[in-house]
Amino acid sequence: MSNVNRSPQTTGPWSRDWLDWRVVLTVLFFVFLAFTPLFAGGYYLGVLTIALYMGVYAMNWDLLFGYIGEVNFGPTFLIGLGAYGAGLCNTYLGWSVWACIPVGVVAAMIGGLLLAGPALRLTGPYFGLVTLVAVLILSQLIVTFAGYTGGEIGLALRDILTLSSKGNFYYALGLTVITALALRLIVRSPLGLILEAVGQDAGATEALGFSVTKYKVFAFLVSSFFSGLAGAMTVFYFGTASPGTVVAVVMAVQVIIATIVGGRRTIIGSVFGAIFLIVAGELLRPIGQLSNTVVAVLALLVLLLAPGGFTSLFGSRKERKA
Amino acid sequence: MSILEVSGISKRFGGLRAVDGMGFSVQRGEILGLIGPNGSGKSTTLSLIMGVVRPDSGSVILDGKEMVGKATHAIAKAGMSMVFQHSRPLQRQTVLENIKLALLQDSLFQFGASRAVTDRAIEVAERVGLDKVLHQRPGSLPFADLRRLEVAKALASEPLVLLLDEPFAGLAPSETREFSELAIAMRDAGCAVVLVDHNVKAVSGLVDRIVAMHAGQKIAEGAPSEVTRNERVQEVYFGKSLGAVGAARCREQAIADDRLLSVAVESVHYGRAEALRDIDLHVKRGEFVSVVGLNGAGKTTLFNSILGFVDYAGDIQFDDRSLRGRKPAAIATGGIALCPETRDLFSFMTVRENLEMGGHAFDANTRAEQLEWVYGLFPRLRERAGQKAQTLSGGEQQMLTVGRALMQKPQLLLLDEPTLGLAPLVLEDISNVLEKLQNESGLTVLLAEQNLTFALRHSDRIYLIETGSLRWEGESRRFVEEVGEDIL
Repeated sequence: MSNVNRSPQTTGPWSRDWLDWRVVLTVLFFVFLAFTPLFAGGYYLGVLTIALYMGVYAMNWDLLFGYIGEVNFGPTFLIGLGAYGAGLCNTYLGWSVWACIPVGVVAAMIGGLLLAGPALRLTGPYFGLVTLVAVLILSQLIVTFAGYTGGEIGLALRDILTLSSKGNFYYALGLTVITALALRLIVRSPLGLILEAVGQDAGATEALGFSVTKYKVFAFLVSSFFSGLAGAMTVFYFGTASPGTVVAVVMAVQVIIATIVGGRRTIIGSVFGAIFLIVAGELLRPIGQLSNTVVAVLALLVLLLAPGGFTSLFGSRKERKA
Repeated sequence: MSILEVSGISKRFGGLRAVDGMGFSVQRGEILGLIGPNGSGKSTTLSLIMGVVRPDSGSVILDGKEMVGKATHAIAKAGMSMVFQHSRPLQRQTVLENIKLALLQDSLFQFGASRAVTDRAIEVAERVGLDKVLHQRPGSLPFADLRRLEVAKALASEPLVLLLDEPFAGLAPSETREFSELAIAMRDAGCAVVLVDHNVKAVSGLVDRIVAMHAGQKIAEGAPSEVTRNERVQEVYFGKSLGAVGAARCREQAIADDRLLSVAVESVHYGRAEALRDIDLHVKRGEFVSVVGLNGAGKTTLFNSILGFVDYAGDIQFDDRSLRGRKPAAIATGGIALCPETRDLFSFMTVRENLEMGGHAFDANTRAEQLEWVYGLFPRLRERAGQKAQTLSGGEQQMLTVGRALMQKPQLLLLDEPTLGLAPLVLEDISNVLEKLQNESGLTVLLAEQNLTFALRHSDRIYLIETGSLRWEGESRRFVEEVGEDIL
């Protein structure tokens, strides 16, 4: 035993040097973000606010896909439930913003439990189809009950978070930081190790004595909690809830691309990916309809050149392969 | 009292009785070998015990408690541990972290890693010989170390019963010895070990007792030497007509010493692993020769070398010309047809289209003649001519595979494990066609098989291949006498 190196490990995601410079870079990035209101105008803050909410959606998608390996084509099902749960509550019951947001969160978590059911029986693309259908059903319901939900046009809310673009930006940044810290804490802990093992080989993990059901349900609950929270806050930022902004399949695809481009199984990569997608889309707005195409091509290029996403460029060679 | 008592467990998959009333018991400090040919239900039995697959009936008593009906994780917590044949370790984590995983509590509230877990993980790693690679990732480890990692995870929980599913598959002899020592150490520590293998010889020195299985049932139980001598066991491995083997293959016309294929391969490497070494074999015109050996012995690699799919040191001559450096397509049109183990049919094409693909090199007339001939050999294929290949049964697919190869008008037919996964009745059909082929057209065949009964029935001569080298060669009738007991 004496010849075994028990000092802090020199490799691996738990190692000291990993903690050092990559975490420092990330912290510096967020500190920089925190100071942007000092020099950026309302328009840019607005773009960043949307990007940060997108980042929260994507981080939670990463928890499900990257860690417990659930192919979830419908992140907007959970986001949409949070958004409409909070929105309807505000419009019809007249509750305050901070009373409505928990309602949205609960709605999303019920949705998460509903998804966890099939996830325990189905795997891979079969579960993926269930999630896709869930999104389609939700948007169909919203359109069908347009009298109450506002349909395609959207639901006008009575309240908003705040009128100040700085205030809205800090709400989004705060949510992003809290979500990132919470999810990083989970995935880097022994609990995260079990989640990743469930994603890799559920049968073998079960045979090691872990109740796979428990971990899957847990991951769905955590993911839907933050997705619902972000969805609810998003509608109170816009002042409206519409399928196009919080439910549409196009949005779901954007969330997925944000994680893949940023780097899956990293949590934090999703934020970078989301900022890239949204900011690039805005910068290219002058070229009109083409901008979507150009952003898509850029995203493809990133995937071709760095299949592990942005964050993999900062990883070790071995990690990049994994 | 026995620590593990299995009685009357059964499992049906559709119409197939995979496990049919199996029962045995294991004591603390005992190694039990569960053996049987491929497909006899050994691995399924282990899965039933572990609860990975739920048994239809029967009982599994671990340490006095009934396990049937419990979830796998509950069975694991009760003291059962299993090493799977194929498993996927966490690729982004180190060996140490992979072992730590097995030591964690089944709880959602674990946010910090405890020192005790790390220390214990290091201890386990030392026990299985992984202490040198603690901080490496699984991707960079050799195969034997990956197996060690799986064993380490299973040992970490200090199980009462350890289930090992073919722990020696793919290991070199020296590594096999190490793993045997590990199993013995477990036994001496008071653990009950159940070890599955398809080959008696590999485990006879290690196990205290053997339970032999066939078609989901127990056919023999006892000390290794008794079981090897058991008539039922011999029958299952070699077929009924033990004495008459080879006599069936007594052909009217003697085979002239006219070599169609001569293989003199010095070695074939896959990366660092040597898959074949010093293989020297030949097939005469009109002869039926079998290469027999276990999974991973190198049979498919040999075929791939002949067809030019892999690089080899040495030379292979076909019809007095060297095949070295020729492209697989050229070799195939030159008269060698392969029936791959995986069949590789065009599943969305019809039977007829599949057959025509085989005869693509010929003009329409020749192709039609060939097609008639193949239909004559396999009337079933004519009946199914318009059906898509994927809708055929396993046996029919095998017929189609052979038929497609015959469409190439080959001089030499390479058959890679045609019996894999086929029911006995279907096997009989295939056997009959092969016999007809040999008698009517004098086709030259080189067969790779694990199923000795099948190989012995058809072959003039046999080559036995073990971990990449030839171990025995000779006429089929001498096989059972000379090496029979050894390779059971």
